[in-house]
Amino acid sequence: MKFGVIVFPGSNCDHDAYHVVSKHVGQPVDFIWHKETDLSGYDAVIVPGGFSYGDYLRAGALAQFSPVMKAVKTFAAEGKFVFGVCNGFQILCESGLLPGALMRNAGLHFVCKHINVRIENQNTPYTNQLKNGKVLSMPIAHAEGNYTCDDATLHSLEENNQIVFRYCDENGETTPESNPNGARSNIAGICNLDRNVLGMMPHPERACEELLGSNDGRDIFRSLTQAISQNGVGV
Amino acid sequence: MKAKVYVTLKPSVLDPQGKAIHHSVELMGFEKITDIRQGKYFEIALDDAVSESEAKTAAEKIAKDVLANPVIEDYRVEVVTGS
Repeated sequence: MKFGVIVFPGSNCDHDAYHVVSKHVGQPVDFIWHKETDLSGYDAVIVPGGFSYGDYLRAGALAQFSPVMKAVKTFAAEGKFVFGVCNGFQILCESGLLPGALMRNAGLHFVCKHINVRIENQNTPYTNQLKNGKVLSMPIAHAEGNYTCDDATLHSLEENNQIVFRYCDENGETTPESNPNGARSNIAGICNLDRNVLGMMPHPERACEELLGSNDGRDIFRSLTQAISQNGVGV
Repeated sequence: MKAKVYVTLKPSVLDPQGKAIHHSVELMGFEKITDIRQGKYFEIALDDAVSESEAKTAAEKIAKDVLANPVIEDYRVEVVTGS
């Protein structure tokens, strides 16, 4: 089982992701510079958080043209796992691997704090070790996490159970107050139809150690490891 | 030859930055402003050998694929010949 962490100019959560995979997941992991074009040999790639290309134009907009993204699209089409966190989620939306877009936070502020998310779909490669309704505590750190999409897209996300995480309070209620950025329908993370591509704004890689205030993120990495070891079968 | 591209948020998309600007403008004393929306403006310089229709086609493609995100934004392209 081999992981890759893609590094764009301006990525800054690449080392966190690498640390978690090597230390807590206990699997081989490589950094993959954005100019690479070959992802053969990997089972999963993480598109990490940060400020790729300085967030110029729109967050994630320019990274979609990096050479590696063509390889990521092929990789995803082969059913392999593509996991985008924060800026990675923005990049996956901008590159069309996930529907919708991430806009400026409704409150305009950069929000950096621990939030709660509720598991909405336990039947994905990223949540198979969790149960629907389970509340996880993870940090967010973003200015553009306000998920938006048109009515038809929201309807199809709901119909196809592609909403994987929703912002909620500590009791698991998806209230407006627990929504840190104005995201439509409290959406914190979604997957594609095939379930192998997932994007989320919260940082599970920053929630894998008690010292950091939460280790809830480990369940997500455990789920992904389980999915990979089942030979790519997600559920 | 120059192509001008205007990118604006779709009318259905909330614009918190535009709202904040609107609020500041109200504080300046302008009371009859009903709305402010923030957008982006690009100038693309093209080689003189490029025809007007080629410039238009190229700018439309650049606007659609890079400058605007069609999920949330609209765009408009103008080609200016001469200087």
